[in-house]
Amino acid sequence: MSKTKVIVIDPVTRVEGHGKVTIHLDDENKVTEARLHIVEFRGFERFIHGRPYWEVPVIVQRLCGICPVSHHLAASKAMDIIVGARNISPTAEKLRRLMHYGQIMQSHVLHFFHLCSPDLLFGFDSPAESRNIFGVVEKMPELAVQGVMMRKFGQEIIQATAGKKIHGTGAVPGGVNKNLSISERDHFLKDIAKMKAWALSALALAQKYTLDNIKAVQAFATFNSSHLSLVRDDGALDLYHGNLRAIDAGGNIIFDQADYRDYSKYIMEEVKPWSYMKFPFIKSRGHLDGWYRVGPLARLNACGFIDTPEAGKALQEFKAITNGAPNHMTLAYHWARMVEVLHCVENIEKLLNDPDLQGKDLVVKGARAEGGVGVIEAPRGTLFHHYKVDENDLVTFCNLIVSTTNNNEAMNRAVKKVAQDHISGQKKITEGMLNHVEVAVRAYDPCLSCATHAIGKMPLLVEMYGPDGELLDSRGQYL
Amino acid sequence: MTPFTGKNEALENKMIGDDIVFKIDGVDVRGRIGQTIMEAADDAGIHIPRLCDVEGLDPQGSCRVCTVKINGRTAASCTQPVADGINVENRTPEIQEYRRDLVRMLFHEGNHLCPACEASGRCELQALGTDFGILQPDKYPYLQPSRPVDASHHDVMLDTNRCIRCGRCIRASAHVDHKNVFGYVGRGINKQVGVNGTDLAHTNAAVTDKAMEIGICPVGCIIQKRVGFFAPIGARRFDKEPITGKK
Repeated sequence: MSKTKVIVIDPVTRVEGHGKVTIHLDDENKVTEARLHIVEFRGFERFIHGRPYWEVPVIVQRLCGICPVSHHLAASKAMDIIVGARNISPTAEKLRRLMHYGQIMQSHVLHFFHLCSPDLLFGFDSPAESRNIFGVVEKMPELAVQGVMMRKFGQEIIQATAGKKIHGTGAVPGGVNKNLSISERDHFLKDIAKMKAWALSALALAQKYTLDNIKAVQAFATFNSSHLSLVRDDGALDLYHGNLRAIDAGGNIIFDQADYRDYSKYIMEEVKPWSYMKFPFIKSRGHLDGWYRVGPLARLNACGFIDTPEAGKALQEFKAITNGAPNHMTLAYHWARMVEVLHCVENIEKLLNDPDLQGKDLVVKGARAEGGVGVIEAPRGTLFHHYKVDENDLVTFCNLIVSTTNNNEAMNRAVKKVAQDHISGQKKITEGMLNHVEVAVRAYDPCLSCATHAIGKMPLLVEMYGPDGELLDSRGQYL
Repeated sequence: MTPFTGKNEALENKMIGDDIVFKIDGVDVRGRIGQTIMEAADDAGIHIPRLCDVEGLDPQGSCRVCTVKINGRTAASCTQPVADGINVENRTPEIQEYRRDLVRMLFHEGNHLCPACEASGRCELQALGTDFGILQPDKYPYLQPSRPVDASHHDVMLDTNRCIRCGRCIRASAHVDHKNVFGYVGRGINKQVGVNGTDLAHTNAAVTDKAMEIGICPVGCIIQKRVGFFAPIGARRFDKEPITGKK
């Protein structure tokens, strides 16, 4: 009887929230299985029951400390339908968009500069002691400052539109609770040119990394998949609103312009016993083949074009490396993410110059509905919120498919592929090899708990067990 | 000997003039006869914390957050009348610690989830907690009681998880609205505010009642439906000015 050994990476570091990876090895250290486990249970879908619907956008955003705006807006969009506001006022929609672009900008920047740039700048095998944001600050202070200041800009946009940088209250069912003052607008306009220059510079960095290392990038955690995203009526990238489009690995349309309120006609979720995270799949393809990717890579693959000039050009360059076919390289998420940052900055500039932001028509209402679905493109991908409300205004049903959940199968495949490519058959497992696995997970910018972000000494514990649960080897360290 | 004129000049003066002088934390304060210590302090711009007392309703003296020491003895300043020459201790470390404990216990007795509560920013309990530096549980365990939400009424909702039993709604409904929609039920730790019917929908409560006015309920127990979070952060009552009145 052959022995199975298990390597556990717990927790996975430099991601949002907590998860662990297990890698199963046979007698010859060949990988037989590798999985990403989500070890936290959140329960929001249940404890929101019995709460008044107008409280929901404020409660559910507590799922996350990094992308609360996404949950806040997705829930608000669902509540718009419940209060009969299918079309909110132009002022309200533009303010929500401004909030959303600020959110995606700050979240993407946090991920690129703070969490993943150490891997790209110093190498996956570089010493763990300096492979972090402090290493970037020490060796490339100008870049680190750009990251910090860009994130600050995005967070201040959120503060101006939602009242607080984290967990604000700007969106309410049917609209928003404040507009943007002239002084707030001017505060942002004075820095917008600098933000655009830095966004272009970050994009160039991500693009150069990809192109300079194209063979390694093509080989690293690359696998074919379907891709899902919201797109505008005309097929343009739209991060706030649109209809669902899914394409297969060859770029063929699976469904297009699907009304997201009917998401359950297109998407189903599977439960597996070893993870608290569900596995969504495209219904028509079944649970084995219907999995898909979401997020920046999927959005750029699914959209036809980007309507802001600089990001539009960047999209064409992005698509050129695969001759217009879907890009399946996991590490290309970083490049795609920086294209989106540029798109957000361009949109922020456009909105800041729009007088509708100073409008006073903030909230509309109409005929009350019993339920509503809100979908938005969060930083990490398509985010579904679905609620039902009783005649007394209390929530009776809630289903959330968060962005990271959509990428569950893809992340597991990425983990397995990297484990097979970089760990399988190795006599000695090094920290650098294990970091390759984390780099693959990290590329998806997963928000594993959708709750907290920890920085500092994160324990990375690796344990190797025999088939009887006997601890064969272990190593612990702090990153 | 002064002839009897039938007039008590001293009393008349007291009724119309500011002739009662006493001290709050060593500062001379003038008050009028019939005033409570809290009223005189308010007139003098001195803040005494409170929860069960609100302008326009008779004082009740039940929350004890307005406790002061008068010549060495504790009393509720919302019900205690002013008197000449008394020495009132208000913001001394000892009194503040009593109050901090009372406020702290209110947080622990109920289910106060400020981050998701629409009363945040206008909630007097939250504002006092902030003033007293109560930022996290540090002394008592949370009781986490199971309390009902009554959303049966079309325009008003009761989330009794947040009730602090101040009785402001009871007094407003009884003495201003003359409806008696609310009343106390239960005893001791189980004492709660109940409604005079099977639920709020089966009372004669109306959103226009004084008892339902925002500001009568000091927390987020009585809330008007469908307007939660319409006040942006920055424009809420205690965003603009702390509960102590000092900027």
